Parts: sequence; structure tokens; C-alpha cells
Amino acid sequence: MYIIIVGGGSVGYYLAKTLIKTHHEVLVLEKNRGTHKTVSEELGEVVMQGDGCEVRIMEEAGVGRADAVIAVTGDDEDNLVICQMAKMKFNVPRTISRINDPRNESLFHRLGIDATVNATKIIYNLIEQEIETNEVIPIAALKRGNIEIVEIEIGPKSPVLGKRISNLQLPEDALIISVIRSDHGMIPGPDTKFELEDSVIALVSADKEHDLRDIFTEINS
Amino acid sequence: MQQMNVIVLGCGRVGSTMARAMFQDGHTVTVIDLVNEAFRRLGTKFKGSRVVGNGMDEDVLKRAGIEKCDVFVCVTPGDNRNIMAAQIAHEVYKVPKVITRINDPIRAETYRELGILTLCGTTLLSGLMRDFVNTNEWAIEKDYNKEYLSLNA
Repeated sequence: MYIIIVGGGSVGYYLAKTLIKTHHEVLVLEKNRGTHKTVSEELGEVVMQGDGCEVRIMEEAGVGRADAVIAVTGDDEDNLVICQMAKMKFNVPRTISRINDPRNESLFHRLGIDATVNATKIIYNLIEQEIETNEVIPIAALKRGNIEIVEIEIGPKSPVLGKRISNLQLPEDALIISVIRSDHGMIPGPDTKFELEDSVIALVSADKEHDLRDIFTEINS
Repeated sequence: MQQMNVIVLGCGRVGSTMARAMFQDGHTVTVIDLVNEAFRRLGTKFKGSRVVGNGMDEDVLKRAGIEKCDVFVCVTPGDNRNIMAAQIAHEVYKVPKVITRINDPIRAETYRELGILTLCGTTLLSGLMRDFVNTNEWAIEKDYNKEYLSLNA
């Protein structure tokens, strides 16, 4: 594939390096002359100086034959315009945008960007996984976050300790898909009992996550 | 003239002049800018609202009253900022009239096709000047500069 990356900061740089390694044809566009110089010393010919919002520059970059345009600058407004111009003026089949302010995610989809990568949100989720204990920890979001896979640790005060799955009043949109006990995962049945330090993996719709939390975790934690 | 709720994004020369003139016309005007100092350009006669913040932030837009806004004017120094704010006003808040300055003629044309009213300072000024050089006549009869001076009077 021919991929144009707009933005030669650290995201653009490492992305280019990875894509080149996987044998894609890559061009990095960087507006700032200083940054361009640094990045091109490292990556060579594949880096071009210019503003990815300018049609003339994009034409020079060969956007007409690009399979994808990826905008990874630090400014959401620039990323939006880069992707929209690529789509509207050059019919680029796939436009991907980095999002810096997580609140812009739905707006970008609404405005026709094919895919967004929300680094702030991803890092936030990772941190949440690290610091939250005895809580419902999101592991993966499916279907743009409407359905989640979550992990719940059974602590010493958990109200479900010693109870069977069939005794729980689970929300309608929740399903326990695995119980991990001392690194051994099992597919649970109605008679599976919860033990201390079990890790419960469940599939739950995003709006029922709180109900699930209330069932598994102590109220006054 | 019907009284309208007007939001002006960007309190530079154009934004502040537009805000003052619209206020003088009797409209309800709110100006948004990233920095407080920019509001100095509005002078003492301007009695509209001032909101400090980023015009692409929906919280800021709501504080400026975008949900009841009739006219949204984007005149920040950045084309892309104007484009993004204009699309939020147009697509998300369905503001009936969105006017945007876009200095890059190609971007101005592209977004005009999307239904956003765009004005390109580059082609507007160069076109007016060129016409004057060629014909010795001004294409615009109204003297906007006199109007500006009357704002200060």
C-alpha cells in the first residue's frame, strides 16, 4: 500500500518506521523545517517538507494514488482538515486521524473520517487498568465501546464470595465468559462458585457496567 | 431588522470590528477568544458577552450560548480552526447561518461545497484590487471604512 503520514513528530516517526519495515510505501509530510530536517536525517528520502492541508503539497506527495492518509499531528483541527481534504478532493479510500482531545472522537466520525485513534483515551484506559483494584476493569471495547469485556477481581469483602453463578441476579446484558483461578481459565457453568482472588471475565453492555460492579464489589469500598 | 443572537469566534481585527458593528445594529453578541487581552479591541461601548476559551471545545461553545445562536462567525487566524468550529456549529448545533473566513482559496471552495458559507480574504482582496487597477472603479460601492470610523465616534 502507499500510505501518506502527515505529521513527523514521534507518532509519525515511529509509525513510518514500522510501516516501512512491513514493506509498505510510505511518505511522511512535516510542516516544520527543523523537525523535517531531524526526521529526514533518520528516515531519508521518504520525508517531505510541506503542509498537509495544502492541496498543492498533497498533489506533490502523490495523494492521487495513495491508499491511505494518516493524520497524526498534535492539533485535532489540522488532522480533521487533512483527512477531509484527502477524502473530498482526492477520494483517498481510507483516512485515519489521531485524536488528541478524546471528546472529538464522535465528531470526527460524524464528519466522515474513516477511523480515529484516540491516544489519550487508550493511555487513560491502561492507567485505569493499573490503578483500579477490586473493581470492574475494562479489558476491551467492542463495537466502538457499546459492548465491553471487563475483568473483576474477587476480593475478601466481595458479596459473591462462595456463591454460585446461578444465585446471582445478573443484568440482562451481561454474560460471565470465564473465571480465572490461579492462572487457570475455565468456562463457568451455573454451579461454578466464586473463590477468593478469582478473576471473573464478563461481557457487558457499557450502560450495564455499573450494575455488574454493584453485584461483585463491596458496597462501602 | 430582526434581533439575532450572534457568536463571533476570534477577537482579532476582523472579529472585534464585526462584533462591535453587530452590537451597534442591535443584535445580541457574544465574542469568544483564547486570551482575555484580545477583548480590549472591543472598546468600552461594546456591551455584549465575552467568553475566554477554545472555540472548538463544546463546553466553551455552550457557555457562549451556541444552542440558541442564529449566526456563528469564525474569524480566528487559523483556517483549520475556523473550519472545525464552523462544522461543529453547522453539523452538531444546526446553527442556521455559519460564516467562515478561510484564507486558502482551495479550502474555501471545498468547504463552500459542504454548505458552509466561506469568505476567502486572499481572493477577495486581490480580486478587488486587480479590478480597481484595470477599471479604475471599485466593485464595492459601500465604504466600510467610514462605517468603522463611525463605530469609534
